[in-house]
Amino acid sequence: MKARTLKKSLTYLFLILFGIVMIYPILWMFFASFKTNNEIFGSLRLLPERFSLDSYIAGWKGSGRVGYDKFFANTFKLVLPVVAFTLVSCSIVAYGFARFRFPGRRPLFMLLIATLMLPNAVIIIPRYTLFNTFGWLNTYLPFYMPALFACYPFFIFMLVQFFRGVPRELDESAYIDGCGTFRVFYSILLPLMKPSLFSAGLFQFMWTWNDYFNSLIFINSVEKYPISLGLRMSLDLEASVAWGNVLAMAMVSVLPLILLFFVAQKYFVEGIATTGLKG
Amino acid sequence: MRKVRKYSPRDMKGLIYIAPWLIGLLVFQMYPFIESFIYSFADFNMHKSLQFVGLKNYIRLFTRDREFYSSLFITLRYTVFTVPGKIVFALLIAVILNRDIKGINVIRTVYYLPSLLSGSVAVSILWKLMFMGDGVINAMLGWLGVPPVAWLGSPKVALTTISMLEIWQFGSSMVLFLAALKQVPHELHEAAEIDGARKARVFFSVTLPMITPIIFFNLIMQTITALQNFTSAFVITGGGPMKSTYVLGMKLYTEAFKNYKMGYASAISWVLFAMILAVTLLLFHSSSMWVHYSDGEEM
Repeated sequence: MKARTLKKSLTYLFLILFGIVMIYPILWMFFASFKTNNEIFGSLRLLPERFSLDSYIAGWKGSGRVGYDKFFANTFKLVLPVVAFTLVSCSIVAYGFARFRFPGRRPLFMLLIATLMLPNAVIIIPRYTLFNTFGWLNTYLPFYMPALFACYPFFIFMLVQFFRGVPRELDESAYIDGCGTFRVFYSILLPLMKPSLFSAGLFQFMWTWNDYFNSLIFINSVEKYPISLGLRMSLDLEASVAWGNVLAMAMVSVLPLILLFFVAQKYFVEGIATTGLKG
Repeated sequence: MRKVRKYSPRDMKGLIYIAPWLIGLLVFQMYPFIESFIYSFADFNMHKSLQFVGLKNYIRLFTRDREFYSSLFITLRYTVFTVPGKIVFALLIAVILNRDIKGINVIRTVYYLPSLLSGSVAVSILWKLMFMGDGVINAMLGWLGVPPVAWLGSPKVALTTISMLEIWQFGSSMVLFLAALKQVPHELHEAAEIDGARKARVFFSVTLPMITPIIFFNLIMQTITALQNFTSAFVITGGGPMKSTYVLGMKLYTEAFKNYKMGYASAISWVLFAMILAVTLLLFHSSSMWVHYSDGEEM
C-alpha cells in the first residue's frame, strides 16, 4: 500500500514539474511584457521589478502610421467572416454527404478525404495567380471565398461524423410531417449540432487567427495587415531597440485566443476528441 | 446486363447540398493543383507569359541547385525529429493522465495551452527572445553553471531550437490520444490483469494496439504539416545562420515570391508533394502490420 502512495506521489511530482516547464514560456511572456527592455534580458526573475505598461502603450502605436487598433480590427474583419462562411458551407455539405445517397457519393467522399492531405504549398502559387486575375490580391477575398465554398475538408469530415451519430428516424418522421429536406436540416438537425458547430468554429477561429503564410502572400498594404503581419513588421522595426514593445504586442495578440480557450475549454477538448485531428 | 440503381428524387437533392463544395473543389483546389503541375514544366511569373521548358526546372533542381539539397535535408531532419518527438510526449503524458488523477482538468489545460498558439507569429517571437544569446534560457543555464549555448547563432543548434518549439506544442495530439485511451474498454485491462500480465505488458499488448488507428492518422497529418513548415523558421531565424534552418517551405517562398521564379518554385512544390505522397503511401502500406482496427474494417 505504501509503495502505491509513493508511486502516485512521484507521478504527481513528475506531472507538476513537467507542467511547469510547459507553461513557463507563456508565463514568462506575460510577465516579461511588463518589464523594461534591460530587464527582459539577463534577469532570472520571473516577476518584473515593477509592473509597467510602457511597452504596451509604445507598442500599440505599431509603425506610427498604422497602429495595433487597426491590425486588430483587420484581424476580426478577416477571421470572423471566414469562420461564419466555413460553418455555413461545411455544415450544408456535410448534411449532403451524410444523409443523401446520390450517385457518386462514395468516390466523392473519398476525394474529400484525399484533399485533407493536399498540401497548401502545392496550390499556393496557382491560387496566387488566379486571385491576381480575379483582382482579389490585397483584399480578404482569398480568405472568404474558399471558406464560402467549403474548401475545408477537415470540418466537413468532422460534421459528417456528427450527422452519423444522429438517428435517421428523426429525419424520416419530419418527412412524414411534410418537411422538406432543407427544413429538416435547418429546424431539426442544426439545433442538435450546436456543440459541434461551436467546436468547429473555435478551431477555424484559432487557425485563421494564427495563420501567417497566407496573409503574407495575399495581403501587401500595411492598412490591411492582420495582426500576424503587424507583429512581423514590429519585429523588423523594433528588434534590438525595443524588444519590450514587440513582446507586449505578441502578448496582446494571443490574449483573445487564451481568453476564448478558458471560456470554451470544453468545446476545444470535445472538438479534438470527436474528430481526431491536428490542432 | 448492367444493374441500374434507382436514385430517389430526394437522394438526388444531396447533389445540391454538396454543390458549394464541388465548385470550391474545382476552382480552389483541383485547378490550382493541376496548374501547379503544368507550371513546374515552364518558365513563368506574373509579368511573363508561360513558356514551356520541359524538364529543365527539375533537372536544375536536382543537378545544379545545392541549396535545394540542403533545404531538402534540413526539412527531413526537422520532420524526423519533430513528428516522433511530438507523438512520444503526447502519448506518454496521455497514458499517465489516463489513470485516476485528481485535478486532471488543470493539468490537461497546462499541457494543451502551448498548442493553442501553434503556427502564430507571437509564439515564434517568444521563442526568439527566450533563446537569444543573452536571453532567459542562457541565463538559467548560467545559474546552473552551464556555459551559454548559441541557440540561434550556431548552424549546428538552430534547427534543434526551432524543432523544440514544435515539440513543445504536443498538447492537441495529447488530448486526442487521451480521448482514444478513454474508449479502450476497461474489461480488456481487467481481463489481462487477471491473467497475470504486468502493467507494462498490458500497455504494449492491449492498450497501445487499440489506439494505433489514432496514432496512425496523427502521424500522417503531423508529417504533412512538418514537411511544409515555414513560419517558425522564417520569423525566428530567417533561414539562418548560414542557411541551417532554410527549410523547403522557405526555399519555395523565396523562389516564388521574392525571385518570381514561379515555374521553378512549382517544381519544388511538386517534389514536396511527391515526398508527402511517398510518406503517406509508406505509412499506409506499413499500417497493416501495426495498425489495429477493432471492428475488423479498414479505414
